[in-house]
Amino acid sequence: MSAQHIKRRISTQESPLVTVTLIAIALVFMALFLVLPLVTVFIEAFAKGWDLYWTALKEPVAWEAIKLTFIAAGIAVPANLVFGVSAAWAIAKFDFKGKSLLITLIDLPFAVSPVVSGLVFVLLFGAQGWFGHWLQAHDIRLIFAVPGIVLATIFVTFPFIARQLIPLMQAQGKEEEEAAVSLGASGWQTFWRVTLPNIKWGLLYGVILCNARAMGEFGAVSVVSGHIRGLTNTMPLHVEILYNEYNFVAAFSVASLLALLAVVTLIVKSTVEWQAKRSGDILH
Amino acid sequence: MSITIQNLNKQFGTYKALDNINLEVNSGELLALLGPSGCGKTSLLRIIGGMELADSGSLLFHGEDIQQRDARERNVGFVFQHYALFRHMTVFENVAFGLRVKPKKERHNEAEIKRRVHELLNLVQLDFLADRYPSQLSGGQRQRIALARALAVEPKILLLDEPFGALDAQVRKELRRWLRRLHNDLHITSIFVTHDQEEALEVADRVVVMNKGKIEQVGTPDEVYATPATPFVYQFIGNVNLFHSRDHAPWSDEHGDAVAYVRPHDIDISRVAQDETALAVEVKLVRAIGSIVRVEVAADGSSEFIEIELSRERFDSSPLLEGDKVFIRPRQFRVFEAEAI
Repeated sequence: MSAQHIKRRISTQESPLVTVTLIAIALVFMALFLVLPLVTVFIEAFAKGWDLYWTALKEPVAWEAIKLTFIAAGIAVPANLVFGVSAAWAIAKFDFKGKSLLITLIDLPFAVSPVVSGLVFVLLFGAQGWFGHWLQAHDIRLIFAVPGIVLATIFVTFPFIARQLIPLMQAQGKEEEEAAVSLGASGWQTFWRVTLPNIKWGLLYGVILCNARAMGEFGAVSVVSGHIRGLTNTMPLHVEILYNEYNFVAAFSVASLLALLAVVTLIVKSTVEWQAKRSGDILH
Repeated sequence: MSITIQNLNKQFGTYKALDNINLEVNSGELLALLGPSGCGKTSLLRIIGGMELADSGSLLFHGEDIQQRDARERNVGFVFQHYALFRHMTVFENVAFGLRVKPKKERHNEAEIKRRVHELLNLVQLDFLADRYPSQLSGGQRQRIALARALAVEPKILLLDEPFGALDAQVRKELRRWLRRLHNDLHITSIFVTHDQEEALEVADRVVVMNKGKIEQVGTPDEVYATPATPFVYQFIGNVNLFHSRDHAPWSDEHGDAVAYVRPHDIDISRVAQDETALAVEVKLVRAIGSIVRVEVAADGSSEFIEIELSRERFDSSPLLEGDKVFIRPRQFRVFEAEAI
């Protein structure tokens, strides 16, 4: 019995040569495709020293782009937070007609290319679009303006929180909610006291991913923005413009902020995962 | 509080979970809903608790129709098979939950809540676990906490869904006895669902046997065991041997095509034919199980086994060996016509 056991363990182990080679390939690949680009961003950003880096960031146009990025994410993330929690709550805890259709619809932004999503908004709300005349008549500008950017960002980041919560809430079932109601709790009390504490780590995880995507979104926002400097440029769009103008230091300076955001996101994400594991929540 | 159920129906898609249920639950009694899985017993319990809605029929608590009231207004305590304790709250907070969510006017102050929770934890003998989390408790402890939590809001009716279903045999037995004692002290009208006939017969005042969405029989544990109303009850509660009139007419011939139902302990074995209706059989298997001896016999040329249970005393007075040729005759049996089965 024990001999068999030992043999089985050996048979699942590779020779040292294979082990080392595989690990080396993985490391080289990671260094080339993940670490090197990240390092390059910072090297290029600081290529001409601190002063130029600061100047590039202090530029009013750059500052406007940073502000707009935060505004777009600041609206899109809370909106999707409310929507994601309600959708996951409805899907996981209730049975209704059209449930699978709703799940499919939530996934739609993942399935559609961001450029196409942006184009859809232009076709709907643009000057030549379906609602274009009506909007113009009422003097409302969506496309090539901030509202369009917010709309596109919400659309693209739509599934993140809901997708994170649905499997979690389905796994938890609805018995705790039923118990709460039978003990006299109202719908709100049940949600705040029972449901929300049970999903808090999953929710936080979803918010982090949603925020990262909202700030980094390029395709959809690029189509609806019109690239008006200081007005409708987000950080990723601003980087592209600067780069196309051969202003590499400035381009990489702004890019370094986005990269920094990504690093912070990763750290927060790992902390949340670690905390969630400790408190025994299931994340995936 | 008494419960009256009249002409209750519930359908899930094409599946009829409850088919015209009529039932009267007396105030203060402990009632068991007994049946195989899928018989509708849990659906019935959930409808009484307000977690499901019936398609038609009426449900009255103490003569008052409560179908329009939702679960939180019914004043019903519910205990779930898998406990459904709030995993992020301590045992104390779990039990206190029902007291804390009361509307402001009715809510007790913190000291009173504390007193009541500890009183309940003492009742279930688990006061020392107040600061633990549900994941740190054993199954039996969790179920007792779930019961304390349900009792905290002073329900008029207590509903228990397979309360011991997820526990191992030893703990089950202990909790069963404990629930019976608790009910004797508190006298809350209680209904519990089970698929375990032994549990139902041991704990309940009355047993409701259900099958395929219908009630087969309502009676005391003794009644459903000794005088089963239908073939299903005969087979579901206790073991039974079937003698078809085609194979052995003398015991079931008065009804034409019929089947005689005989309990294993209602069969006499003899070396000589007792009378002309006795059946000649061969002993195939003898097994002593604790205080009883189980003998399996088969008629000549038949592959169907007949199960017989003898007390050890009775067996010892005339021991049998495998291969012995003997005669059997039922002391007591009940005949059902074939189409009723």
